[in-house]
Amino acid sequence: MMTPSAEQPLLTVEGLTKRFGARTACRDIGFSLWPGEVLGVVGESGSGKTTLLGCIAGQLTPSAGQVWFEARESGRVDLAALAESDRRRLVGHDMGFVHQNPRDGLRLDVSAGGNIGEPLMRAGMRHYGTIRGLAAEWLGRVEIDATRIDENPRRFSGGMQQRLQIARNLVTNPRLVLMDEPTGGLDVSVQARLLDLIRQLVADLGLAVILVTHDLGVARLLAHRLMVMQDGRIVEAGLTDQVLDDPHEPYTQLLVSSVLPL
Amino acid sequence: MTASGYNFAYLDEQSKRMIRRALLKAVAIPGYQVPFAGREMPLPYGWGTGGIQVTASIIGRKDRLKVIDQGADDTTNAVSIRKFFARTAGVATTTRTAEASIIQTRHRIPETPLRHGQIMVYQVPIPEPLRWLEPRETQTRRMHALADYGAMHLKLYEDIARFGRVTTAYDYPVQVNGRYLMSPSPIPRLDNPKLDRSPALQLFGAGREKRIYAVPPFTSVKSLDFADHPFAVERWSSRCARCGADDSYLDEIVVDDRGGRSFICSDTDYCDSRLRPRAAE
Amino acid sequence: MYVAVKGGEAAIEAAHRLLDRDRRGDPTAPALTVAQIEGQLRLAVDRVMTEGALYDRRLAALAIKQAAGDLVEAIFLLRAYRTTLPRFAVSLPIETAGMDVDRRISAIFKDVPGGQYLGPTFDYTHRLLDFGLADDVADPEKEVVAPAAAAMPSALLPVMGWLEQEGLLEPERENPELVVGDITREPPQYPATRDVRLQALARGDEGFLLSLAYSTQRGYGRNHPFAGEIRSGRTTVEIVPEELGFAIAIGEIELTECQLVNQFKGSASQPPQFTRGYGLVFGRCERKAMAMALVDRSLRAAEFEETVTAPAQDEEFVLSHADNVEASGFVQHLKLPHYVDFQAELDIVRQMRAEEARQEAAE
Repeated sequence: MMTPSAEQPLLTVEGLTKRFGARTACRDIGFSLWPGEVLGVVGESGSGKTTLLGCIAGQLTPSAGQVWFEARESGRVDLAALAESDRRRLVGHDMGFVHQNPRDGLRLDVSAGGNIGEPLMRAGMRHYGTIRGLAAEWLGRVEIDATRIDENPRRFSGGMQQRLQIARNLVTNPRLVLMDEPTGGLDVSVQARLLDLIRQLVADLGLAVILVTHDLGVARLLAHRLMVMQDGRIVEAGLTDQVLDDPHEPYTQLLVSSVLPL
Repeated sequence: MTASGYNFAYLDEQSKRMIRRALLKAVAIPGYQVPFAGREMPLPYGWGTGGIQVTASIIGRKDRLKVIDQGADDTTNAVSIRKFFARTAGVATTTRTAEASIIQTRHRIPETPLRHGQIMVYQVPIPEPLRWLEPRETQTRRMHALADYGAMHLKLYEDIARFGRVTTAYDYPVQVNGRYLMSPSPIPRLDNPKLDRSPALQLFGAGREKRIYAVPPFTSVKSLDFADHPFAVERWSSRCARCGADDSYLDEIVVDDRGGRSFICSDTDYCDSRLRPRAAE
Repeated sequence: MYVAVKGGEAAIEAAHRLLDRDRRGDPTAPALTVAQIEGQLRLAVDRVMTEGALYDRRLAALAIKQAAGDLVEAIFLLRAYRTTLPRFAVSLPIETAGMDVDRRISAIFKDVPGGQYLGPTFDYTHRLLDFGLADDVADPEKEVVAPAAAAMPSALLPVMGWLEQEGLLEPERENPELVVGDITREPPQYPATRDVRLQALARGDEGFLLSLAYSTQRGYGRNHPFAGEIRSGRTTVEIVPEELGFAIAIGEIELTECQLVNQFKGSASQPPQFTRGYGLVFGRCERKAMAMALVDRSLRAAEFEETVTAPAQDEEFVLSHADNVEASGFVQHLKLPHYVDFQAELDIVRQMRAEEARQEAAE
């Protein structure tokens, strides 16, 4: 198994463009991401950030550009050029995707343990005891009481569902996790707890994360680097604190100034 | 209905050819569901039209047909289907498994071991083993293409977590030739092992859902399980009250007003054959 | 001592005899003739032909007689018969504009060139039981006098034509290269194309489509329909035999066509236009034609970038469950013996309960 050196980025996006008919949602996006980094993508709705995430996650086929990814087994591969079946297989295996609404990323009528166990079973694990053990372990890691392993997440609170979704995504040890507004729709106190958890996991596991959010507070807390998007383009990028404390572009300045100070 | 005016075995030759082409494809890809343009038959959908179309397409004048339902030759629908072929094809019929060249069945595999050269035709209500999880055909087709079967083990996991055991009693999913996930039709678990490396050709027809699939002779058919919860079959505490067999699937019969029970072989031919003196067979 | 039951065959034959007896009813009453059904229960015949997917009034009437009035059973009979028929030609597309019209109405314009003709319709009857009909005696004085054959113009131009001329209505796409699918020769595949959907809807169960259509009007996927034109009448069917190389008429059939006009707001790729829903049936199954048109438009949601939220917009749901021959068979198959599967379930439940009882006893 190939281990990328510290100099090798885990993900390199080049010239990524996505059009829907006459409308261009993303144009000429380029960046790199290294293991252990959290990259925040901020912007208003309609800026193209969710489309960008969709292209990287293999849900959408880019109109132009490359998405170079260091896959665990096959090495460096352009996700945009893969056949759909290969892409789905790779993405399912090597990447996680945390949806804004946990209902989109969980099976609500399957037990919590089953939700975490499913990716393992999909990957070929065939020992019930081991699967259950790992599921229980992960419930602990995301601070869900392990006695709830056989309950259906339909009965969980929003915050708990989100933590379960994270566990389900991380159980197969992906190196890259994409997150689409993971704290959207949650109470402020619940958000705080979730952000803490994410920060901990990122540090413990050396995850690379692309975090899409419109909430600058979340970006500041979690992201090492930030990209600001407007109208499908990256208008500014850099270290989080730099971009937020000393924005150069007028749009970024506008964005930063319109946030109420906490 | 008179036999005159209808083609041999009811279907016209074009239709039979179309179905045989689907069968060939099915045999070439064990366990894979081949779509076919099923015809309306004079028996209702859900009552064996898939099996009937398969049998009609492969049966010839020299064949000997056995038809069973729930293991018995004399249940109403087995009678109805056997009559249908007797009328439209004029072929010889039999109740003896050992003497049949084609056996059309609903919900059971005969206890008598099959030989190479015999053909089993199964009536299938829902051909898609993943249908319980995903109602959409577009999705399940994709799951098969990607061999994305994790969800099937998920069902087993949920059963064990909830009940301590797998509760699928019949239509227990199998993996064919190490590749496709298949529904063996609603046969009880006891019958699943008979599919594995069977010397007979096994053809499956779903008329309403318009799918055909097959398991060629001597192909591996493995029931899904976990390493620490292996696949297990049913066991009875009594033997057949009629012939004494302890290795067959037993039907429970209520025999008196007080709820007294008796257990009898579901496979009527098997039971009869054990009672007949050996010499007469 | 248990004796293996061997009465299945005899039971079935006895059941058939009972069925025949009940179908005939009181032997002293005159037997229903196929001609009577064909002539006086014409709307039942129309439905059986439409959903049986076979145009033959006499056979449909026979099926109704044999099925003792159970129309879904009669439809099954006709479909099964259809399977045995060889196919020797495909007709030219029918030009409904040239229909010999009995009835033509439009709800979108007060007046249309050629006029509106109510024709024979229940629409404006008062639903009061006519006890006069209960006397089965033919009353020569009460003989129904048909209105004098109105001066019907020889060809009534379709109303939709005017909207199309103004560019307000999506044009009927003429695609000479289109290979029309055939649901009787190919198994369904999703996503389906419109030609295949329309075929499935044409033979689909009237009740099912009616309910789905109704649901769209009540907000489950509303598409603001208007009745552009409904026409009923006779058209000629033509084929082009290979040996001749030109078209010949092989007969006349009665059709009802419903064209709906639906509102549309325009999308990123299309200017605002009215859109269409289409329904076509044999005979005078007008309710079915209208329901079909509503559901047709509903299933075109993806074409117009409308979000699919309602059952009537869900192609796989609608088309998989529209055929009443399939539905009836599968629903009723539950009557077949299932005792082996049930036995298996019984076993498991008993075992689980026994284990629970053991656990409780141990505590």
